[in-house]
Amino acid sequence: MKVENATMNVIGKKIKRVDAIEKVKGINKFVADYEFKNMLYGAIVFSKHARALVKKIDTSKAKELKGVKAVLTYSDIPGENQLGEVVEDMPCLVPVGKEAKYYGDVVAVAAAESQKIANAAAGLVEVEYEELPAVLSIEESLKNEIKVHESGNILTSKKIRKGKTEEGFASADLVIEDDFFADYQEHAYLETQGIFAVPDSTGMTIYGSMQCPYYVQNAVSRVLGIPQNNVKIVQADTGGAFGGKEDVPSYVAAQCALLAYHTKRPVLLSYSREVDIQFTSKRHPIKSHYKVGFKKDGKIVAIEVNAHMDMGAYATLSPIVMYRSLVHAAGAYDVPNVKVDIDGVYTNKVPCGAFRGFGSPQVLFAIESIMDEAALKLKIDPVEIRLKNALRVGSHTSTDHLLTESVGSVSTIMNAVKISDYENLKRSVHDFNSKNRFKKRGIGVSHIIYGVALGAAGQALDAAGALVQVHRDGSVTVHVGNTEMGQGMKTVLAMIASETLGQNIDMIKVENADTSYVQDSGPTVASRATLFSGNAVKEACEKIKERMISTFSKIKNVEKEEVVISSGVVRGGKEEMNFGDLANICYSSNVELIANGWFKSPKLNWDPKTGLGEAYLTYSYATQIVVVEVDMLTGKSNVIDVFTSHDVGRVLNPVGLTGQVEGGFVQGMGYAIYEEIKMKDGRILTDNFNTYIIPTINDIPQNIKIDFVEDEFSEGPFGAKGIGEPSLMPAPAAIANGISNAIGRRVKKIPATQEYVLDLIEKGEDKS
Amino acid sequence: MIIKFKLNGEEREENVEEDERALDFLRRIGMKSVKEGCGEGECGACTIIVNGKNVVSCLMLAPELDGTDVLTTEGLGKDKLDPVQEAFAEIGAVQCGFCTPGMEMSTKALLMKNPHPSEEDIKKGLEGNLCRCTGYFRIIEAVKKAAGKV
Ligand code: FES
Ligand code: FES
Repeated sequence: MKVENATMNVIGKKIKRVDAIEKVKGINKFVADYEFKNMLYGAIVFSKHARALVKKIDTSKAKELKGVKAVLTYSDIPGENQLGEVVEDMPCLVPVGKEAKYYGDVVAVAAAESQKIANAAAGLVEVEYEELPAVLSIEESLKNEIKVHESGNILTSKKIRKGKTEEGFASADLVIEDDFFADYQEHAYLETQGIFAVPDSTGMTIYGSMQCPYYVQNAVSRVLGIPQNNVKIVQADTGGAFGGKEDVPSYVAAQCALLAYHTKRPVLLSYSREVDIQFTSKRHPIKSHYKVGFKKDGKIVAIEVNAHMDMGAYATLSPIVMYRSLVHAAGAYDVPNVKVDIDGVYTNKVPCGAFRGFGSPQVLFAIESIMDEAALKLKIDPVEIRLKNALRVGSHTSTDHLLTESVGSVSTIMNAVKISDYENLKRSVHDFNSKNRFKKRGIGVSHIIYGVALGAAGQALDAAGALVQVHRDGSVTVHVGNTEMGQGMKTVLAMIASETLGQNIDMIKVENADTSYVQDSGPTVASRATLFSGNAVKEACEKIKERMISTFSKIKNVEKEEVVISSGVVRGGKEEMNFGDLANICYSSNVELIANGWFKSPKLNWDPKTGLGEAYLTYSYATQIVVVEVDMLTGKSNVIDVFTSHDVGRVLNPVGLTGQVEGGFVQGMGYAIYEEIKMKDGRILTDNFNTYIIPTINDIPQNIKIDFVEDEFSEGPFGAKGIGEPSLMPAPAAIANGISNAIGRRVKKIPATQEYVLDLIEKGEDKS
Repeated sequence: MIIKFKLNGEEREENVEEDERALDFLRRIGMKSVKEGCGEGECGACTIIVNGKNVVSCLMLAPELDGTDVLTTEGLGKDKLDPVQEAFAEIGAVQCGFCTPGMEMSTKALLMKNPHPSEEDIKKGLEGNLCRCTGYFRIIEAVKKAAGKV
């Protein structure tokens, strides 16, 4: 459906990033680039045990070191020593008499005149521990013999009960049952976590690399015990985040704020890569058991899923991540009978949290593997079986949500088939394989659904504001509560403001988030910034435009309806004026040219007892087809071609969108085949880029073709949905399927590393 | 100790510590485009050009800069954008921008040596620079666009 008039000046056009020039000059400021007079440097002290009782902490030696200004422990916390966005189970600093619950648990913080001295001081803090047996796997956790928290090892369980799965299975011609495991992934944003805390007479200002300024404000205010209006959070330019800077900056900020509070000096706490990987959140490992029933023609009749996610030592965002795993577990299909059970379990390992896709890539990998397996067994083409089960307008999702608009799923399948020239692609892969003995190629398909924004479980946070001001010269300042972290939000919002106001985009400046301008706008996650902040900006701009038009109509004596503002020019009747001149006239006539916008999610009805209802505001869809080549002698996999089609509602910024999909694909490819967290006794061994291997420029596919399907969403700004996460989500599943098809054995674990694939080739049962 | 070197075209005389990393030293004197992503020579965010060659400044000591000719992103296109910067902005090779100065340094060094690199040459020239945002496709395009103009 079309919701807006198609004549747009900026929307949908190729626009250069609004922040590109400062970035190519290297003059924009990331947090570690700030400098304040008298500044200090911070460092943190880890427990270095998977599980241990803290018996004594002695900071005297550390304090004696020249240049050390503070060494703090739990007893120095003026407010609450309690952190955690969802469940408050995490201490800011582990107290004496309590357990440190993972290797990266923090027991003390230090500040000194230089980073070198601060690190040395952290090394001199003497902690006496009593080592305790630790829980290091999902299986051990489920035994519940050792309790990570006194409340028990299973924190939350979520479920879906739709239809009757027993009846579904009874009517099935084919039932496939299997176990899958999707392991950790590290965000590996290129800029590590960092916070600058700058105290003033009443409180402090926090500058930092972050996604969610309001989370940070809440945490700092609580730990320091001061009101929120005395804690101002200003986002610094953020060097990548991908979910890793959703809640973690709150913890970093709490540690840093404490140091600033006690020393009364500005403190920079910037993590080294090793500290960052050891301490901060990851993608959750998820073990899942799937049982899926099919009719001969490929139609799914029932899905049963039983999954466990490893939350690590603290809950952090796990309960909401789990919600997304739950809703996405049965995939992008119209299935009458669905039963899903997911448990989140504690272990004495690094706490897991948000990561692009938020608990969905792990389960989508499982269901998409089963779809391919069924296609093989039923001798149906993998594309065909997905088409047969795809959601359409009028379908019900796995949570029984009736879809009434903007369902681009079938279009993405058809589009991927078209851009890949699918029939010829299959032939060329077949030819390649008949000519090569030690290199085999396989085609991998995946089709995914993505619930946009926070959904029913996050409704309380799902609103966003904007403050727009037109200055006397017609230039425009836009404040929002969401953050730019590389994804291009500022550019999209500037485009929306430009289109709505009729002012040229180079006259619009979108500021970094600052909690003193805009009300809590929820987190910048869940691919929601375009939809939420976008709508808020649009509303604010519409209010101002209305006042400008009415001023013009009064002074020029033309009907309001005749006035049009576009490309920086105001026209009405025979009259014409520059946007800036009209702004100036408005100022002289005391017209208010500042306005707020606010967008909130319509109420969603979802029942946690059955898991049924409107899980998300809307959904987007994607289909991906890849060709993977596997070296049968070494097990090494390479992605050769990628064809990917995304339903984004409406393309606002084509350059930015394509860039997101390219980057998301390569990050998903890293998860599928390269990136492996290795641990020993709860300690992460792969704590820098020499051991934790992310894709380099040599690893990318030769060919990537990206296309978009526009099935507009009536509530979206100009019809748009979101893209941040769906860009990554289909990749792990498609690549795993490609490897499976190349080697004739089913990949059941990601990352499907070289070792794992070689092992499958050598030992796995033959599927062909 | 005192070192003498050329920084972005200007003769400089600076006091450095013997064990100070070139990365920290350059940042200390205001060259904030030189970023730290790993501190182990693995990510390329700290890439600078020394005597025409791209090197990682986190594995170099400040005293080693004595007598050299150093270029950082601050020295690229002082009045107007360098063709490398222009291409990166134009093609959309920049997302978060944290890898960008290092990428540009490696690109500059490559194009100074080899004005018309093949795709393979580009990958070789930039293989020491990690980017987590773009997936590299547009970075390769940007290098192609800047080729012949440096
Ligand atoms: S910081 Fe020098 S290579 Fe990463
Ligand atoms: S643009 Fe973010 S790391 Fe390259």
